[in-house]
Amino acid sequence: MTALRGLGLRLGAPWLLLGLIAVLVLPWYKLPPPDLGAGVLPPGSALTQMLAGRWWLLPPVLVMLALAGLRLAGGLRWQTHPAVPWLAGGGAILFLLQAFGIGLRGPGFEWVATLFPAAAPGQPGLGLGGFAFGIAITGILADCLAVRGFCRGERFAANAVVFVVVLLALFVFFPILRLGAAALFTPEGVFQPGVFVTRFTAPDLWGLNCLVGQGKCGVVINTLVLGVLSGGFSTALGLALALIVARTGFRFKSTLRAISILPIITPPFVVGVAIIVLFGRTGLVTGWLDVLFDVPRTRWVYGLPGILLAQVLAFAPVTFLVLLGTVEAINPTLEEASKTLGARPLATFRTVTWPLLRPGIAAAFLLAFIESLADFGNPIVLGGGYDVLSIRIFFAVVGARYDLGNAAVLAIILLTLTLGAFWLQTRWLGKKSYVTVTGKSDSGLAAPLPRPLKGLVYAVVIPWIVFTLGVYAIVLIGGFVTDVARMDLAPTFRHLNTAFAFEIGQFGLQLYGSAWDSLKTTLVVAAIAAPLTTILGILTAYLVSRQNFVGKGVFEFGTMLSFAIPGTVVGVSYVVAFNVPPVDITGTMAILVICFMFRNMPVGMRAGIAALSQIDRSMEEASQTLGANGFATLRTVVLPLIRPAIFTSMVYAFVTAMTAVSAVIFLVSARHNMATAYIMGRVENGEYPLAIAYSAVLMIIMVASILVINVLVGRRELGRRAQLQGAPTVVPAE
Amino acid sequence: MSETAIEFVDVVKRYGMVTAVDRISFSIQRGEMVTFLGPSGCGKTTSLRLIAGLELPSEGSVRIAGQDVSTRAASERNVGMVFQSYALFPHMSVIENVAYGPTIRGDDKKAAAERGQEILAMLGLDGLGKRLPSELSGGQQQRVAVARAIVQQPDVLLFDEPLSNVDAKLRRRVREEIRDLQRKFNLTAVYVTHDQEEALAVSDRIVVMNQGRIAQIGTPDQLYNRPNSRFVADFIGDANLISGRLENGRFVAEGLTLPFADPGQEGAATISVRPERIGLDPAGHGGTVQSATYLGSRYEYMVSAGYGSLLVSAPITSTPIAPGAQVGIVIPEDGFTLVESS
Repeated sequence: MTALRGLGLRLGAPWLLLGLIAVLVLPWYKLPPPDLGAGVLPPGSALTQMLAGRWWLLPPVLVMLALAGLRLAGGLRWQTHPAVPWLAGGGAILFLLQAFGIGLRGPGFEWVATLFPAAAPGQPGLGLGGFAFGIAITGILADCLAVRGFCRGERFAANAVVFVVVLLALFVFFPILRLGAAALFTPEGVFQPGVFVTRFTAPDLWGLNCLVGQGKCGVVINTLVLGVLSGGFSTALGLALALIVARTGFRFKSTLRAISILPIITPPFVVGVAIIVLFGRTGLVTGWLDVLFDVPRTRWVYGLPGILLAQVLAFAPVTFLVLLGTVEAINPTLEEASKTLGARPLATFRTVTWPLLRPGIAAAFLLAFIESLADFGNPIVLGGGYDVLSIRIFFAVVGARYDLGNAAVLAIILLTLTLGAFWLQTRWLGKKSYVTVTGKSDSGLAAPLPRPLKGLVYAVVIPWIVFTLGVYAIVLIGGFVTDVARMDLAPTFRHLNTAFAFEIGQFGLQLYGSAWDSLKTTLVVAAIAAPLTTILGILTAYLVSRQNFVGKGVFEFGTMLSFAIPGTVVGVSYVVAFNVPPVDITGTMAILVICFMFRNMPVGMRAGIAALSQIDRSMEEASQTLGANGFATLRTVVLPLIRPAIFTSMVYAFVTAMTAVSAVIFLVSARHNMATAYIMGRVENGEYPLAIAYSAVLMIIMVASILVINVLVGRRELGRRAQLQGAPTVVPAE
Repeated sequence: MSETAIEFVDVVKRYGMVTAVDRISFSIQRGEMVTFLGPSGCGKTTSLRLIAGLELPSEGSVRIAGQDVSTRAASERNVGMVFQSYALFPHMSVIENVAYGPTIRGDDKKAAAERGQEILAMLGLDGLGKRLPSELSGGQQQRVAVARAIVQQPDVLLFDEPLSNVDAKLRRRVREEIRDLQRKFNLTAVYVTHDQEEALAVSDRIVVMNQGRIAQIGTPDQLYNRPNSRFVADFIGDANLISGRLENGRFVAEGLTLPFADPGQEGAATISVRPERIGLDPAGHGGTVQSATYLGSRYEYMVSAGYGSLLVSAPITSTPIAPGAQVGIVIPEDGFTLVESS
């Protein structure tokens, strides 16, 4: 380790070493999977590929050799040489040009073909060497900026900024741009911008027949109707819950808080399945109603009512958390002032409390609205004939009506809607908040709810609790009885056995169950993604709150963007962007991990920013003046002080990697299947008990994992810093 | 002693449209204690951070021990800094804090801890090594912060308003301690404060800053007795600024004529007179006492004269004068300084 570090130092930068290895040793192109036989090209480094006639690889090789020469001539601070930025920048640009200019089927432009005859058969995606070169040249550019005073000359910070920017560009912006481009191509692959208008104005998108006449509405209208209803009901319920917890003597407050965590660790589909089991045509409740009251059995639950029910169940806890914060932030002295001025309790609520709550209510509504728009799991189980955008996008990519261009247009519409709502939430509401943090402790007692309101709130919340308990009872027992839907409650391990049968025999541990593969992949992906996501999120938080650099505003916008893009859109855009060279990674486990990293990173980022804002900056400056570079400071001073944020981020990243479905459903492959995709297959086949059993197993694993992460990360409390543990939990659009 | 420890050459620091430090140049000798003094927002803390490497100059160059460090990060310079909040690491014990620098620079852990113990002993903190910073008193915390900053024998030791968190009563003692320490280790030290009394007490030289520029550099005595501008005169101590004219080797204001040594200067001018340099003697020119304040250690009078109001400080041993009384004002020939002339 020390020897390696010494070598890196003597060479001036590890990046240069990596770059040399990348162009001279490592195979430049992606190696075809072993079962597919020989690829387009034989493996070889950039140097050998170039000597074989692929002259467009000359710049990367030449640049690395030239930089190595400068290093030998220039000494330790060789990056200060005026030629270095030009060489590195030029090398990076030529590298990108060749990568995007020459595709799998040959050159993208005529002049490239004339310039490089050898390009005619095309080139495969980048392999180890290509990616290593990209990393190396990025690092060299970052070092170059650092020695010129970027990020106060902090090499680690400069590298971190540049790498995060490049990663965001590659895995957030690039796929979205590719998606936009895909909308302009016909299914046959012909470039035709007019086709965008045709697709965009298709009558099955915008039709209003369900409102004005007979028939169905367009899919966009359906999505919006669902979003508004779901947002409205979720907010009302969340507000009722928040008022009960903050303003009444309700005895089961801690139970309420516990229930509010449940949706976060609930795998998708399972709520939908439980609702079908309860309210479907042959459902339990339906059955009782039929027997007891002669209510005819119908399929009412399939469609808008069913989706709405499932979504409200899932989103109310989210709105509850947002609104609880708002209710608790109201300074009680304001209400006391109102009372001393002669207002009765109801009048006080109407004239003081309610106006103060309004911004929070709007924020909660928009949050639920965005989540509803992006929701994929519930509509696909309960949708029936009720089509929404996320479902339509899915079937345009994986269904019989395969049309990537159409999927792209639908995804752009969905993206515009969510970004619009997101924009409203951050810009407009950001300025409307009346909550003032003064640092003074608020004296006074919060006013209890006025009596009529209290009755109303209980009337809303108690059925919800009963309903939630019912749904989760189904989830708990459904997997372990013969057939919960037909009230056959004989205990059995049959379903569990189908999924997770194993035997310890003469060949050691043998796993027979059909679900083992997906479970293993899920665990591996989640275990890899959780730390990487946390690193990315916390690092970004550190950069945003501690570093000043050119273009920081754009940087922050980029990180938030990845937060607001619905999973379905991410999935489609990754399919469009990453199943062709130069970054050809579909079907690998890497794309699953990367997808989770960029989707879940904002939670770690927000927790990190909140934690960092509580830590005196001069602590880090002290560390720097004592000789610690940016990385050492982060490791020895910052990270130990923000452990709770790391914990939050790890848990969130791990749990979402196990429960996410909307984006991964596009990215799973036969070799790398995920648990949620497997469960979805079972649900589609009507094997509800199996799906429920698997979900129950997942939930147990998640709870166990949270405990393990707790032990690993530790929660050392430092007196006043205990408050950091209340870092905000924010759930991104699924 | 004439070796240059720190040198600023035309240093500019901008944050977007705001210029925090506007083309300043100065040099600090080895073993010298220099204070940056000025009102808030004058650029003194930015200048200190430019020395530390916590900010890099937008223009110009910063030299430490003869080397141009303008683009070097803080971690690549050898400076020690004592922060306003002390910035002790709350998750490390006192000895871990003090040994942090040597450890992070790659020293053997044991050697670093030994070196830390030595410094702690020198500062009278032996036996506190195992405690957490939160278990120490404010004064002890500050000494730990100093120990941590000097453990690596820095080229320069920086203090960022180190007394602002210290009890008013203790300040005098702590600043003496800092001064003793600096002398004892022959440290080059730079000290930032907005308190002029503190600056006068601890410094070899003072750099007075205003709006990002250097207003005056000099010893405490020079700055107090020979301020070169209205700003410096007013900022350091109390000053009576009298506007008038220079003509024929004299300074003339309404009802006041003072001999002025430099006959070459003519025209409108302002002089500064310290309150304690003004004598109240019937022999002087006339004035009326408007208010009298008893301050325990002295009397202070506001006296109005033809050219304006004067603040006069009189010894406690003198006879008190009631408001309304007519007095004579005496300004000695060496008791004023020209601070502005056209």
